[in-house]
Amino acid sequence: MYPSRFKYESPKTIVEAIKLLDAGKGDAKVLAGGQSLVPMLKLRFAFPDQIVDINNIPGLDYIRFDADGSLHIGALVRHEHLEKSVEISMRQPTIAAAAPLVADPIVRARGTFVGSVCHADPQGDWAATMIALHGSIVVQGPKGKRTIAMKDFVLGPYANSLNYNEIAIEAVIPAPKGVARGGYLKLERRVGDFATASVAVALDMSGDTVLNAGFALAGVGGKTIDANEAASALIGQKLTEATIAKAAQLVAALAEPRTDHRGSAEYKRHIVETFVKRILVANSAQKVA
Amino acid sequence: MSLNEVKIGGMGASRRRVEDNRFIRGKGNYVDDIVLPGMLHMEILRSPVAHARIKSIDTSAAWDMPGVRLVLTGEMMAARNLAWMPTLSYDTAAVLATDKVRFQGQEVCAVIADDPYIAKDACGKIVVDYEILPPIVNPVQAAAPDAVQIRDDKAGQVGNKIFDWEIGDKARTDNAFADADVVSKIELHYPRTHPSPMETCGSLADYDRATGKLTVYLTTQAPHIVRAAVAMVAELPEQNIRIVSPDIGGGFGNKVPIYPGYVVAILASILTEKPVKWIEDKTGNLTSTGFGRDVYLKGEMALRKDGKILGVRMNTISDHGAFFADAQPSKFKIGLMHSAFAAYDIPTAHMFATGYYTNKAPGGVAYRCSFRVTEAMFFQERMVQAAADDLGMDQAEFRRVNFVKDEQHPHRTAFGFLTDSGQYEKCLDIGLEAIGYKNFAAEKAEAAKRGRLLGIGISTMTEPLGAGNSREYDILGIKMFDSAELRIHMSGKAILRTGSRGQGTGHETTWAQIVAHELGIPADDILVEEGDTDTAPFGMGTYASRSTPVAGAAIAMVARKVRAKARKLAAHLLEVSEEDIEWELGRFYVRGNQERGVTIQDCAMAAYSNMPDGMEPGLENVAYYDPPNLTWPFACYIAKVEIDPETGVWDVLQFVAVDDCGVRINPMIVEGQIMGGLTEAYAMANMQYQTYDEEGNIIGGNYMDFLLPTAWETPGFELYEVVTPCPHHPIGAKGVGECATVGGPAAFVNAVMDALKDKGVRNIDMPLMPNRVYEALTTGKDIYGMPPVRSGN
Repeated sequence: MYPSRFKYESPKTIVEAIKLLDAGKGDAKVLAGGQSLVPMLKLRFAFPDQIVDINNIPGLDYIRFDADGSLHIGALVRHEHLEKSVEISMRQPTIAAAAPLVADPIVRARGTFVGSVCHADPQGDWAATMIALHGSIVVQGPKGKRTIAMKDFVLGPYANSLNYNEIAIEAVIPAPKGVARGGYLKLERRVGDFATASVAVALDMSGDTVLNAGFALAGVGGKTIDANEAASALIGQKLTEATIAKAAQLVAALAEPRTDHRGSAEYKRHIVETFVKRILVANSAQKVA
Repeated sequence: MSLNEVKIGGMGASRRRVEDNRFIRGKGNYVDDIVLPGMLHMEILRSPVAHARIKSIDTSAAWDMPGVRLVLTGEMMAARNLAWMPTLSYDTAAVLATDKVRFQGQEVCAVIADDPYIAKDACGKIVVDYEILPPIVNPVQAAAPDAVQIRDDKAGQVGNKIFDWEIGDKARTDNAFADADVVSKIELHYPRTHPSPMETCGSLADYDRATGKLTVYLTTQAPHIVRAAVAMVAELPEQNIRIVSPDIGGGFGNKVPIYPGYVVAILASILTEKPVKWIEDKTGNLTSTGFGRDVYLKGEMALRKDGKILGVRMNTISDHGAFFADAQPSKFKIGLMHSAFAAYDIPTAHMFATGYYTNKAPGGVAYRCSFRVTEAMFFQERMVQAAADDLGMDQAEFRRVNFVKDEQHPHRTAFGFLTDSGQYEKCLDIGLEAIGYKNFAAEKAEAAKRGRLLGIGISTMTEPLGAGNSREYDILGIKMFDSAELRIHMSGKAILRTGSRGQGTGHETTWAQIVAHELGIPADDILVEEGDTDTAPFGMGTYASRSTPVAGAAIAMVARKVRAKARKLAAHLLEVSEEDIEWELGRFYVRGNQERGVTIQDCAMAAYSNMPDGMEPGLENVAYYDPPNLTWPFACYIAKVEIDPETGVWDVLQFVAVDDCGVRINPMIVEGQIMGGLTEAYAMANMQYQTYDEEGNIIGGNYMDFLLPTAWETPGFELYEVVTPCPHHPIGAKGVGECATVGGPAAFVNAVMDALKDKGVRNIDMPLMPNRVYEALTTGKDIYGMPPVRSGN
């Protein structure tokens, strides 16, 4: 690997890191897991003057459920931490379902949840998951912290709303009013392949009734697809054959797939519909405690 | 008294691989591990477009960069008569482009600098002005009357056709079709794929002006061929050229050809008088070096109602890319494609083959394959399944009816090969039993209740391994024999050198086992060394599963020569005449008195300390082996798959492999070869190909798009064996390395097609990705895989 020349700094605090980004005036890049940045450096798609490695900043690798039920994921939480977390597996099924489908075990050991969201790859699993979960990102800059809702965070392919001198330090997923349910399915040609289509479904349920729902898609558009408006088919309803079919149709209609070597646009849309159905059917069959 | 052969690591011992001691410790010594004092680094600038005329190249900004020592262009190569080089198929290939670029990824310039970062930076400063020409990405476009001519550099070249070639008996075959009850037809594409070894290609050239010696460390499966080529192309005296092939991180045929980077690095070393290292990156390897396959077939079979095949027609069209650079025996234009149907007793066959230039990477290497045998066997087994379906006949029974019977050997095939051994039905029976063929209908019905489609696919084939015999097989006139040199030290330990070159395939382990078998010297006492042309005897290298058939035979023969001399030494030591000496493993003894004997080690010591008067000292010899025929392993692969009709995703429920590769030297290594080969077969059937879009952009130029299966997807394989010794090989062995890659793909594809049989679908071209399967399932139409595809970028 022969990237362009860059300066490398490894600050010990967030404040120090922000100073470096500020001084970089947009030509500095944060390195967390490096699972996207490093290949981009290798291919010279990215050629920053400065790399700010945040891996030596302590206290950023937490997965925490607050008393109010909200979930907080620190900037250095690796995918595999989420995959192996017992609390996640019990309380946050959408993330639990997506975690083992992120890339491959090697990438999962290093790549970070927040880094993946920031990268805003239209193929990214976590940006889609966060949108479906109505999550938000806490960012810190020279003037302090602010919180950005996911719908305002991902602006387009590989574009987020961070200022050049800000770091995303935490992902927040709001507490469900009832019980969190959901799932994640991805069609890929091989482990680690970019998705042909991915579907994130988040449900907030009280008994058999859907209080709220979220949908987002990866791999079927020029950006991560926010399909949350399809929730209208389910809110206040039970998961029946009819409501499931309606929701799946609405979500599939929101996909913006393009024909390529992974399949035709029609095929990808069909997979989205099939996967939404499968996730919802699996959740309808589950006994709700 | 006799030694236990397995204990000394002889034939049949699943001896642990000795090379793994260094590989698993990270102590392998690959080209990129070699560092020479004052070494410079080379980077190649490649064409971003598929077809364009070069209007100008401005290298001044690159020259101006600190640390840049040399910038080479095609024009500078041309001044030294090195802009073009000969290929292994009597064509020429550009080293650095002069007039045009003819495929995306073609070598345009090279920068030599103090470190690889600077070299890469400087490549970015070179400005090339291209005048874009229409790209051609398939043979149909290439053959179009108004097609732009790709090879306008060649005098006498008409259009884009490279060759027409035919074999077989056309008139007789036409008659067979006239007499047929049923004619079965199928059209197939075996897509372009790439051998993709983990280690890319590279070299370190070190020219010493003081001695005139050129040493090149190079990723090659055939170092002696490289030496010969360098002597011809660079016009250097052969004795002053030393090619060293250190550890190779996988070859699979990719490291047989001579690549432009090697030539440029050699010239750069001569010009700078410094060692010059060039290590290709992964994209460079995938986009510019030897690919595999890319052949289209129109296949026809003349059938009698009772299932007997009366005749076969094969019409192939192959896509060779910008230069005809297939690595294959020179007289066969489409490799050994005519080995198709060797396992079947058919009266007559005819093949017509046409090759075209396209704006794609050149190569056509034998990717884990004896020169297009992979395509031959895939086409054969897809045709066989289609024919069985057309007749409404059971696919296993159809094969049984048409197999060459054991007692028919030696058998002349319809295309002229001579097969000499095999027990085809026995292998098939073992396979059918293992897969539970009898219960399959019930299993399929059960799966249908769950909404799943089940299919079973068989692939049976015998293929020619071990080119060659010198009558028929040569590369640019050099006959395809091989060699071994064995030197026994006075302590009875030994060093063995061969003209072959292991590439992770276990030569250092198995070669010693052959010597142990022949001489009784423990395998651990034998050092195997290959790959250095200054020390190894001349050989044609390792590819096409030829090492055991050819070099392996040479090893047995040289050991026998050494044993013949040791016998004389034994007679001297035992003070009896040579005729009174008997041999058992590791030891000579006096006939009638088994107690009285000397070991091979005693003889070795005597060769240095106590030889009889008049005998030349030492105990060593060399053998060159020209095999009388190819070896013919047989394989039966059976896959059982389940399709999810809602997505087109298919899973392998069970896979059974029955391999008859003759006598197995090291069963563990044989099994490893079969497992690896089946994984590559699965890759091609399921996910892997290189395709191109309308603009000639390669899709599959990196590991995001060129998919290698991981342990996650790769199904389990159940292995079984049958042993039919090769009648002409000194130890009865046959080649095996490529069998599974050659025979495997059709088993997977036939299984999926079997599952879709009721849907009116006859063929889906590989790879059988879920979207293709789903489309075939829902439309009832065949899926053809000819590029271009929509890139979506």
